[in-house]
Amino acid sequence: MFETISPLFTSLYETTGLNFNVFYDQFTFQQFLSGVQTTCLLAACCLSLSIIIGIFGAWAQQSRLSAVRIAVNSYIQLFRNTPPYVQLLFFYFGVGQFVPNINTGDGSVPLIDSFGWAVITLGCFGGAFNVEIFRAGLQSVPSSLLEATEALGYTRFQSFRHVTLPLAIRFSMPALTGNLVSLLKTTSVASAIAVPEITQICAQIWSDYYNVPEMMFVLFASYNILVASFLVFMALVERRMKLPGYYA
Amino acid sequence: MNNHEAVPRRQLIATLIVVLTLCSALLALFFSDVGAMSTLRKWMPHILKGFLLNIGMSAAAMALATGAGFLLALMRIARSAYIRAPAGLIIQICRNTPWLVILFAAMLLFPYDLEAAGYRFSVPGWFKAVIGLAIPVAANVADIVRGAMRSVPSGQWEAAEGLAFTRRKTIFLIILPQCFKAMIPPWMNWYSILALSTPLAAILGVQEVVGSTQQAMAANNSDPGLLVPFYLFVMLLFFLYIWPISAVTSRLERRAVFKK
Repeated sequence: MFETISPLFTSLYETTGLNFNVFYDQFTFQQFLSGVQTTCLLAACCLSLSIIIGIFGAWAQQSRLSAVRIAVNSYIQLFRNTPPYVQLLFFYFGVGQFVPNINTGDGSVPLIDSFGWAVITLGCFGGAFNVEIFRAGLQSVPSSLLEATEALGYTRFQSFRHVTLPLAIRFSMPALTGNLVSLLKTTSVASAIAVPEITQICAQIWSDYYNVPEMMFVLFASYNILVASFLVFMALVERRMKLPGYYA
Repeated sequence: MNNHEAVPRRQLIATLIVVLTLCSALLALFFSDVGAMSTLRKWMPHILKGFLLNIGMSAAAMALATGAGFLLALMRIARSAYIRAPAGLIIQICRNTPWLVILFAAMLLFPYDLEAAGYRFSVPGWFKAVIGLAIPVAANVADIVRGAMRSVPSGQWEAAEGLAFTRRKTIFLIILPQCFKAMIPPWMNWYSILALSTPLAAILGVQEVVGSTQQAMAANNSDPGLLVPFYLFVMLLFFLYIWPISAVTSRLERRAVFKK
């Protein structure tokens, strides 16, 4: 692929001066690719963690213990009403200093690196919104279904696992997609703690080669392609999960 | 109905707990006068000054975004496709690009100094940050306006036409005035998100709250013991500012749902 596009962008540079060096220079191309990979991996981890937190949070919110409910609500309020960037700084620099280093044989590295902290912080940030989204989904499951599960002798957990959750996820799909897209975009903030994701890599390239407008264009295009592909993926998931004859 | 009443009280309790925990942790350390806290006390005016810039930037960006958002929304319903299409494209791109990237673009691509009436003056960083923050919000405000305009019954358009109102008069005298009420909760929600994004300007060197906090820590030999209390203090500032706004927003949203 690189071989086919590189002459094109070399000649573009020679004729117009537009320096898209990520598409004709092997080294920056590799850098750029690794940035895309890191962003995809970071997004996959953050999104998964946020969904898991969302599900467990929404489940815990229905707990009979008021202490559990209050804890979940405090978590939601804390993460929703403070800036994700400051959360990231707080966790990475503030809490991170207390995390022990581990010896890998050829030097000691922190147990949780900047990538790990980005996943934890952004996962918790997105999770706080997901709890609310799943809660709304859970509330829209008809109570007659729960009575039916009770009549069938399901335990509380079984009816949650087999009836409430599958329906609640389907009901909350539109809101969930919106929040996950915004979380996907928020992963760019991880560049502030030097996670080598795409924003960080592009900033590095444009400060090395002085091609800000071109790299800015590449960065805009990359994120728009990423978000568009994710939306297509979510549409596929939603279609796949559609229950025949059941419209929420 | 009891179910709906339960929500705000639960949130209130949760919030009180968050605030009390954060405040009491800070206050306890604050008055115990251990090193970090006396440093925080000394530097608090500096940090608060930075926070004022955050509030100022968020207000200016919101004003700009509201104006631009209305303009985009009106372009979106123009009869000429040459106006509609670019507006749609701008909205789409601005909604799908991270705020930080748009902020980078505004900071780096906007000219460093402007020339007006024969005078050259350099553009301050906070001003460019305001523009950078306003762009994504404008795209979302445009969507809010469009949604609100759609929710006005189509009979209103037809009635206006029957009374021989021009299209412009229909929009400005009949449709938009009916939209404002539905727009307030989502508009406030976007303001909260915008205010929570202002610290991103620190990445680009604007001396707002995170910038001044980091400055304060650097002035104290970057003592690692300062990191937790200082960042916690910044989080507390934002929480105290944003929480009332988001509480009012969700209250308005609930009221709107009840009315339907």
